[in-house]
Amino acid sequence: MTSDVPLWEVFVRPRRGLSHTHAGSLHAPDADMALRHARDLYTRRQEGVSIWVVPATEITASSPDEKDSFFDPAADKIYRHPTFYELPEGVAHL
Amino acid sequence: MPGVAGAERLLGEVEEAEAALREAAERALDGEASFDAVIAADQKIEPRDAMPDAYRAGLIRQIAQHAHSEIIGMQPEGNWISRAPSLRRKAILLAKVQDEAGHGLYLYAAAETLGVSRQELDAALLTGKQKYSSIFNYPTLSWADMGAIGWLVDGAAIVNQVPLCRCSYGPYARAMIRVCKEESFHQRQGYQSLYVLAQGTPAQRAMAQDAVDRWWYPSLAMFGPPDADSTHSAQSMAWKVKRFSNDELRQRFVDMCVPQAEILGVTLPDPDLKWNEQRGHYDYTSPDFDELMRVVKGDGPCNRQRLAHRNRAHEDGAWVREAAAAYAAKNRKVLA
Repeated sequence: MTSDVPLWEVFVRPRRGLSHTHAGSLHAPDADMALRHARDLYTRRQEGVSIWVVPATEITASSPDEKDSFFDPAADKIYRHPTFYELPEGVAHL
Repeated sequence: MPGVAGAERLLGEVEEAEAALREAAERALDGEASFDAVIAADQKIEPRDAMPDAYRAGLIRQIAQHAHSEIIGMQPEGNWISRAPSLRRKAILLAKVQDEAGHGLYLYAAAETLGVSRQELDAALLTGKQKYSSIFNYPTLSWADMGAIGWLVDGAAIVNQVPLCRCSYGPYARAMIRVCKEESFHQRQGYQSLYVLAQGTPAQRAMAQDAVDRWWYPSLAMFGPPDADSTHSAQSMAWKVKRFSNDELRQRFVDMCVPQAEILGVTLPDPDLKWNEQRGHYDYTSPDFDELMRVVKGDGPCNRQRLAHRNRAHEDGAWVREAAAAYAAKNRKVLA
């Protein structure tokens, strides 16, 4: 009876001050069990102080096929980077 | 503890692989990020990227077989948990066997990113359609086998697996980095356990030597058939799934083990084992590859027992999975 046990994506915060990072995935029937399994599977050596589990089906991902058209609009806006601006000689703190 | 310099070096390589992964990710790819361009730039292929069908199929086969090995690998050592000589050794062995389960699960999750389902993978193991490492078809006859397995079997596994930390498929490489870091404790506890026996009474020393005698050649066989007969190797190398040939890795393992055996005070069961000044490596006797093929094909000492046990454990656990599913369904209804 392993059929359609939902898949969960696991995110672990390694230490206070760092963001949750994707650690891997696992199968569990509900969120509580997913959380317990995630603790046993991904933090056996105190790798984390906080865990998120997210149903894999709830994640909407951008498509690799459309990667170019999707991210292109940012490519020609080099004026968003501070290095775009040349400063007069000798200007400090800018 | 003496004799673990090799393990230190390998762990260093895992960290280098992790750093290389980050470094490669920072580099911009010139032009289009086609499959070939990503491979050429030593970057990682990710789950939804386009990839050749044979790359996908080959990786599913390899990762699944690796995952099955971790799961079946719990059995030879599970055999000694209830008979460990002290509470300390029992706790260590439990933690190690729990790690093997964890490694199996990391790897199943990595395989699933390639589009195969967990049910298919479970079924492939339970029916014997997919293989696991032949090493686990040998019996664990004495307590000293726990030491010999940790030192030799986990040692060989680490030599095999460290290069996989640089594998071109992202989820596999990342899982292997995690696995290798945990695996070094397995090898150390085995070596240390064997060291204690080797310093013990004559009976304990004999038990340690007997375990080494039985596990040496099966460990050498873990690297697979000789390069000339290896079926999947060339393509695997070109796609940067595999980084070194079977014989290269086997040699590396032998070179690491000889000084470790000397410090242990055990004899490796190979009268022809000697340093070759010219090659800068130890000459050694190859394992019996006919025996390896017999075990792969199902005729090892424990093949039937291992698979029967796995099937029984799966069936015995059915009520737990059903209860968890029923409880989850009930809670969903209450919430609705």
